[in-house]
Amino acid sequence: MKWILTENNKKINSLEIPTISIEDLKHDLKNMNLRVVGFFGKQEFENIRLYVTLADDKNGIFYISSVLFNPNEKSYESLTQDFPAFHIFEREFYEEFGIKPLNHPWLKPIRHNQDKYPFFSMRGEDVHEVAVGPIHAGVIEPGHFRFMCQGEKVYDLEIMLGYQHRGIEELILNSSNFNNRLAESICGDTVIGHNMAYSMVMESLSDTKISEKSKIIRRIALELERMAVHIGDMGAISGDMAYLPGASIFGTTRTLVINTMLEICGSRFGRGLINVGGINFDIDHSMEQKIIAMLDEVLHITQKTVKVMLKKSSCISRMEKTGFVSTENARLLGAVGMAARSSGVNIDSRFDFKDEFYQLIGKKLNFKATGDVYSRFRLRYEEVLQSANFIKNLLEILRQYNKQNLKSEIGFVSPNSFVISSVEGWRGEIVHIAITGANSELLRYKIKDSSFNNWYMLAMAVRNNGISDFPLCNKSFNLSYCGNDL
Amino acid sequence: MIETIKLKYMQGNKFIPDIENAPMREQFRGFPILNNNAKKPEISCCPTGALSLEPLSIDLGKCTLCGNCKCEAIQFSNRYKLGATSREKLIITENMTADEFEKIAIQSRTEIKKIFSKSLKLRQVSAGGCNGCEMELNACSNCNFDMGRFGIEFVASPRHADGLVITGPITKNMAYALEDCYHSTPNPKIVILTGACAISGGIFQNSTQINREFLEKYPIDLYIPGCPTHPLTFINAILKFISNK
Repeated sequence: MKWILTENNKKINSLEIPTISIEDLKHDLKNMNLRVVGFFGKQEFENIRLYVTLADDKNGIFYISSVLFNPNEKSYESLTQDFPAFHIFEREFYEEFGIKPLNHPWLKPIRHNQDKYPFFSMRGEDVHEVAVGPIHAGVIEPGHFRFMCQGEKVYDLEIMLGYQHRGIEELILNSSNFNNRLAESICGDTVIGHNMAYSMVMESLSDTKISEKSKIIRRIALELERMAVHIGDMGAISGDMAYLPGASIFGTTRTLVINTMLEICGSRFGRGLINVGGINFDIDHSMEQKIIAMLDEVLHITQKTVKVMLKKSSCISRMEKTGFVSTENARLLGAVGMAARSSGVNIDSRFDFKDEFYQLIGKKLNFKATGDVYSRFRLRYEEVLQSANFIKNLLEILRQYNKQNLKSEIGFVSPNSFVISSVEGWRGEIVHIAITGANSELLRYKIKDSSFNNWYMLAMAVRNNGISDFPLCNKSFNLSYCGNDL
Repeated sequence: MIETIKLKYMQGNKFIPDIENAPMREQFRGFPILNNNAKKPEISCCPTGALSLEPLSIDLGKCTLCGNCKCEAIQFSNRYKLGATSREKLIITENMTADEFEKIAIQSRTEIKKIFSKSLKLRQVSAGGCNGCEMELNACSNCNFDMGRFGIEFVASPRHADGLVITGPITKNMAYALEDCYHSTPNPKIVILTGACAISGGIFQNSTQINREFLEKYPIDLYIPGCPTHPLTFINAILKFISNK
């Protein structure tokens, strides 16, 4: 056996993970045609073990294997040459462990050494470069963008991140208790998504069974988060194409959603709601009524506004054919989440990995993707409608479990285990992987936010667009800097 | 056109008229109420070391208001005015009530009131952190909170700004850019720390990837706690800081 198979949130023995050669890996990647979700190293005495996790979206299975590098092996032939989706993973592995992927097309730093970043450069008549950041004009996170343009037209964009790097994975390893508050700060706009992934990893490691009730409330919160961010982003997209009524209406509509979250758990972004072993706040009958009333109001406003907006030729012409990414490119780059779906790669870990509740309440959105800003705007709109529907259905199921506990007893963390957890946050799949050692201590904690895959998609999207369309393209993706930088 | 006007009519007036006395939902975790005589929680329940037991106190500069420590001895009120002009005032003990705190917490110099009371333009610098505070600062300018009506605005360049608003624990990678930004802001200028991360390192205080030397070099004028800082906390702290009343 060259690969070990596992499911979402299922514990396996880490000692049973096979070791294969890099040639075997390359051979299997070609034959299996699966998507990479994990590619990270771990120190093992003087050797370095590279763990590779692939996702089979059709069957909802993860394939796991590993490659062992002894101290003399300092390089290997890069996989990116044949499988571009590995580019960012190989760069990360090189930065952390110094094992060089040879002939990697853009082996550049991701979280360190920004002052030595080797930018591409272009020469020629009318060619110029525009450097932006790390501090941007708006109130947003830091990152550096380097545009290579001819006149107004962007040939290429290089994105240099890492400014937000604060060593989250290391902090999680060093935490003596379960640290849900830290998991909430991995990415402040996906509080529920990351905290849910972290909690599920820890619960699987410790064989903790949480109540159906807390599972359902977690999913309600996840959908509320999706609605809030999508509506906020629709406002931001409207603002960037100078349709100000949209910006103001979606802005205040988002407030309705996050204020409901505040009523549920005391924080507008859902902080403090989820803990390992369950949740801290209940949704009772009066709260349920409030949520339903809020959903109806939000849907009414959103539907009306979108209807007016999409009749305006000035709006349509700004969105259509702007920031286009083809299905082929999205698939090659390993794009995930709503950005991938907007380009026609229909992956959604809520349904692909057969979540028990999502299977009850609905199915994957059937979306006709066009790959441009318009596609990402409309997908957001349709996901808002879908999420509202999901929340209503979940609330209905919740009633059956009225009497259940919010918190369950937490077991002991198992030794020598490997757990992978994938949660579909609003931006896309969030993957957390934990490996424990002989004394049940955490040896490695790997986080992959969806932005990690998707940043390069933004670079592809702005090619051949006017540089003034960059803000619009950027908002249509709304990728996370801190989720990438960790 | 007529349809857009209809939309705006449907939206109605969403702004909060009296921002200084705006109602807050009771579930909000704000100013803590402490009781030394009740049963105290375990010290390990606090993820940031904001809690001390003998005597009972909570350092709002470190507190993420997560509610982990909530028990008989520690309750959280929904009072949201948490800003202070000195670091020491953020350490809340049993004797401190929210009314008293709000009275003494913000005491700014007369020059600041004289220069900035009608208009304050701020440059925000995100120096690490998680984007939570940034989202709440953006919300300060939306139609609900509408900070612009008080003459307080975020501007695109430090050269147009009267002061800096810093969020995040200040990562090593952002230390240089932050300092550069500080020097690009013309004098006289103020520095505001927003959120537990900026004030104390918060949840990231033990990280090896942060560099907080900036805070030792330059004076800080205002501390605004929260994780993330609620827009009402932010706007009220600034209003109190610059208002002539």
